[in-house]
Amino acid sequence: MSGGETGLAQYVDTTVSVITNDGRTIVGTLRGYDQATNLILDECHERVYSSKSGVEQLVLGLYVIRGDNIAVIGEVDDDKDASIDFSAVRAAPLKPVTH
Amino acid sequence: MLFYSYFKTLVGKEVTVELKNDLAITGTLHSVDQYLNIKLNNIRVVNEQKYPHMLSVRACFVRGSVVRFILLPPGSVDVELLHDATRREARGG
Repeated sequence: MSGGETGLAQYVDTTVSVITNDGRTIVGTLRGYDQATNLILDECHERVYSSKSGVEQLVLGLYVIRGDNIAVIGEVDDDKDASIDFSAVRAAPLKPVTH
Repeated sequence: MLFYSYFKTLVGKEVTVELKNDLAITGTLHSVDQYLNIKLNNIRVVNEQKYPHMLSVRACFVRGSVVRFILLPPGSVDVELLHDATRREARGG
């Protein structure tokens, strides 16, 4: 089996959750990408995790994220995402990536 | 290109990818590219209590540069064969 397409074409115009190298989680609609994993994210917001209080959402707007800073791009299941009560989710922020 | 070829043979198998931020993600290997970027389907995060950051994510793309290591399914690697191939590649083909 040679496998599927590794590009991000199948994620375009869907909601994605991006984890950056400094541990931030940014959720938005993927509008574009390139071979260096630079991303264009539309209508995005940051989810700030805290072990003391629920998840805080900060509205960011349109972002271009440089590929160097990206760790994971997750395809979000919108129905499942809507069913989560983020005000009740408590977790320490993710650690930054250390090379 | 050797490990790229090797990972292509693992497509469809379940692997666990540990990232350089200590996050570990288990999922079915969907694809891999020349940078060893990896796509996983049907993912779950190891220790979801501690890491609920990807609860609504079912598939993901992991950038090759943040992978610390990949846990392979048992029996999926012929160590002798891979060993010989790496030595051949080191000699320049």
